[in-house]
Amino acid sequence: MESIILQIAARHMRPLLIVLSLVVLYRGHNEPGGGFIGGLMFGAAYILYAMAFGVAKTQKSTFFNPINLTALGLLVALISGIPALMLGDIFMTGEWVTFFKDSAFELKLGTPLIFDVGVYFAVAGMLMLVMFSLMEE
Amino acid sequence: MTTGLFLLVLLLIAVIAPFTRKYLKNQAGWTYAIWPFAGFIYYLSLLPAINQGAVLTESFEWIPALGINFSFYVDGFSMLFSLLVLGIGTFILVYAGYYMRPYPMKGRFLGYLLLFMTAMQGIVVSGNLITMFVFWELTSISSYLLIGYYHEKPEARASALQALLITGFGGLALLGGFVLLAIPYGSYELSYILASPDIIKNSNLYLPAFILIAIGAFTKSAQFPFHFWLPGAMTAPSPVSAFLHSATMVKAGVFLLARLNPVLGGTEIWSYTLTIFGVTTMFVGAWISVTQTDLKKILAYTTVSALGTLVLLIGTGTEYAINAAIIFLLVHALYKGTLFMMAGNIEKKTGTRDIRELGGLFKYMPFAAIVMSMALVSMAGVPPMLGFLGKELIYEASVAAPRAYWFILSLGFMTNVILVFLSLRLAIDIFWGKEPAYAKKPAEPALPLVLGPFFLVLASFVLGLFPHAMANPLTSKAITAISPMHDAIVLKLWHGFNLVLALSALTLLSGYLIFRSRHTLLPSIDNVNIRYFRREFTRVFFNLLDGFLVFTKLTTKTLQHGYHRFYLMTLFVVASVLVWVMIWRADPIMLELNFSDMPLNLVAVVALIIAATFSAVVSNSRVVALISMGVIGFGITIIFIAYSGVDLAITMIMVETLLVILAMTVVYHLPKYQNFSSTGARMRDTLVATLVGAFFMVLVLQAGTSSLEMPISEYFKEASYSLAYGRNIVNVILVDFRALDTLGEITVISIAALGIYSMIKLSKK
Repeated sequence: MESIILQIAARHMRPLLIVLSLVVLYRGHNEPGGGFIGGLMFGAAYILYAMAFGVAKTQKSTFFNPINLTALGLLVALISGIPALMLGDIFMTGEWVTFFKDSAFELKLGTPLIFDVGVYFAVAGMLMLVMFSLMEE
Repeated sequence: MTTGLFLLVLLLIAVIAPFTRKYLKNQAGWTYAIWPFAGFIYYLSLLPAINQGAVLTESFEWIPALGINFSFYVDGFSMLFSLLVLGIGTFILVYAGYYMRPYPMKGRFLGYLLLFMTAMQGIVVSGNLITMFVFWELTSISSYLLIGYYHEKPEARASALQALLITGFGGLALLGGFVLLAIPYGSYELSYILASPDIIKNSNLYLPAFILIAIGAFTKSAQFPFHFWLPGAMTAPSPVSAFLHSATMVKAGVFLLARLNPVLGGTEIWSYTLTIFGVTTMFVGAWISVTQTDLKKILAYTTVSALGTLVLLIGTGTEYAINAAIIFLLVHALYKGTLFMMAGNIEKKTGTRDIRELGGLFKYMPFAAIVMSMALVSMAGVPPMLGFLGKELIYEASVAAPRAYWFILSLGFMTNVILVFLSLRLAIDIFWGKEPAYAKKPAEPALPLVLGPFFLVLASFVLGLFPHAMANPLTSKAITAISPMHDAIVLKLWHGFNLVLALSALTLLSGYLIFRSRHTLLPSIDNVNIRYFRREFTRVFFNLLDGFLVFTKLTTKTLQHGYHRFYLMTLFVVASVLVWVMIWRADPIMLELNFSDMPLNLVAVVALIIAATFSAVVSNSRVVALISMGVIGFGITIIFIAYSGVDLAITMIMVETLLVILAMTVVYHLPKYQNFSSTGARMRDTLVATLVGAFFMVLVLQAGTSSLEMPISEYFKEASYSLAYGRNIVNVILVDFRALDTLGEITVISIAALGIYSMIKLSKK
């Protein structure tokens, strides 16, 4: 099944959905969103593309494969627990760093964000892995 | 610190040995032996302090909350054993370095051997029951690797597996025994347990603890009816057999019994159990060894017999018996190590170890012949070797045994007669008997191959010759360590004319007479053995093993039938019934249904959901059913939004969308919808579905009404921003408060995804 409308939509929707998924990932800590939802969106972007163009073409258009993405996600999530160990806390304790303190650009970064990135990749990877295997003919 | 560090370095050498051997080439054996030898010297240097009554202890924390530590406890008994393990181990390494030259994977072999040594040394200096158990299991594992060294041979694999299963089974029993033993004390520390032996004896845990520990010790020390793994273990290369039979592994069980003798010993059950098993093993081992023709097998069965003797002596528990046990332990380690190494040498030089094909070797290898004959003299218990003292003490102990002494004495006498006969046979037949046609001319074994046997025999000779000056100081504290109320007896070579000396003489004479008439006597004994003993136990063992496998296959087949719908049904029914019961017993079920607060638009949504549910159930088309499921999902999403669960709503939308796409891709491959299940099956499914659905409803409603504690959500609400700098509580819980759970979850879904992927990919091929 080849649908021109779907193909054009998918081509333009994919980058938009990916950006949106990143936004959702980042804002997740304070407002609705997070790694899980972001990961699903990221995966959905590729699934939409695959529905329009087929799995083989989709995989050719990406520079990663779903298995590696899943593994990367797990690895990042695991690594995010290590700074706590090095600082003498219990594994996976959240550790935070504040940049530009008390200025307009105050930015708090912490290991939970890294962890969320791990969840994001793992969820996206596993979704694409399952869907691509099922959709592939 | 020293004991722990010594073990750690020994373990490190064992680990790096496989990788460093290629740089050391043929010098590997004695290079690795330097460290054990240093340990030997160290423990020997402790002798004066130990003889003053010192006990060295050290402790490294492991799991202090549970009282589990790497503790070490070195008293006279540990020291004697350390000397045996490290002393004999040194010679074994030198021997193995040379012996294994023609074989592949020498580095790995030496590594296993060092690991084995570490494990045994760890057992004998352990000061904590759990530490001891860890090393105990390590001996099982390393011996498995060593026995199965020729892994391309099926019988080596079978023997290794047999040894592992039997000693592993015993190890599990032992762990249970240790735990029970520690309960009344509230501590696993050996020093604490040894200090107050009465606590366990007055506890009703004594009997179960004793039974479990005895199973552990008996399996390890190859007591009848677990004896058969030991002769099987001789499929290992000779250095392993020499080490395993003389100082390690099989002595671990004896060590344990002796170590715990002050705590568990002295009761009726202890004495009877150990005596009965010991006597039986002692005699059966000796009896079977008579008709064996494989040199290593003969030696293996005499080891079984010797282990039985040791258990018997520990069980008898009198002053003479404990003295005899320690001396005989030393005697046996020294001669058995020598004999196995020499058996390896003979096999290497002649290409056979069948004693019927050996003879007249004295003129080819006179030095080796003399060394081995001296060891056999010690085994026969002839003066002036240390073996004589050992046998005298055993007779003394038997004569003075508190119960059934005539029984112990007569079987002990017969066992010793057999040992004398075997010594004569092995020495005379192999070295002086009729010479068969050898394929190649035998020659004197190289120096590293006879170095160990020579020094061990020398030790036996010197200790036997100067018992009071040499053997007494070495063993006296070992004796008092395992039996505090007894003293070491002053050892003498000459006891004067008495009953024991007469028995000794009679033993020698009878042994000699049997040796003279061996050609007529052996065939008839062989007939008996073939009928009743040979391989019988191994066969029973493997039959049991096969039966067990059949049983597990059957149960697996019943439980893992492969029907997804029945798995689900089992899970749902069990879970809901269990929760039903819990709810039933906790609170009276009170369902308060109050719809008055519900806005009208939500009522419409709920009505839509209910309608969609019916449509999904009764539809004849999969696509319609799927779309109905989608309607249900989106309906629930709307409810989430109405009650401001935005996170849940977004996730739900994503999941529902993807689920429909996913289901569509699957439906595409399914066959046409047909009517398969019978009415009865449908009724059953309806029942299960109703049960589960009702269970969830009640659970949710009940959870809303029953207030147990202050809900944790309050805490999260407060702590979310102050502790975790996040205002989205759901997300903070996921990535911070419960991050470890989330890590587990994403791991699970990743594995599930890989499973689906491989299932689809592999089934396509």
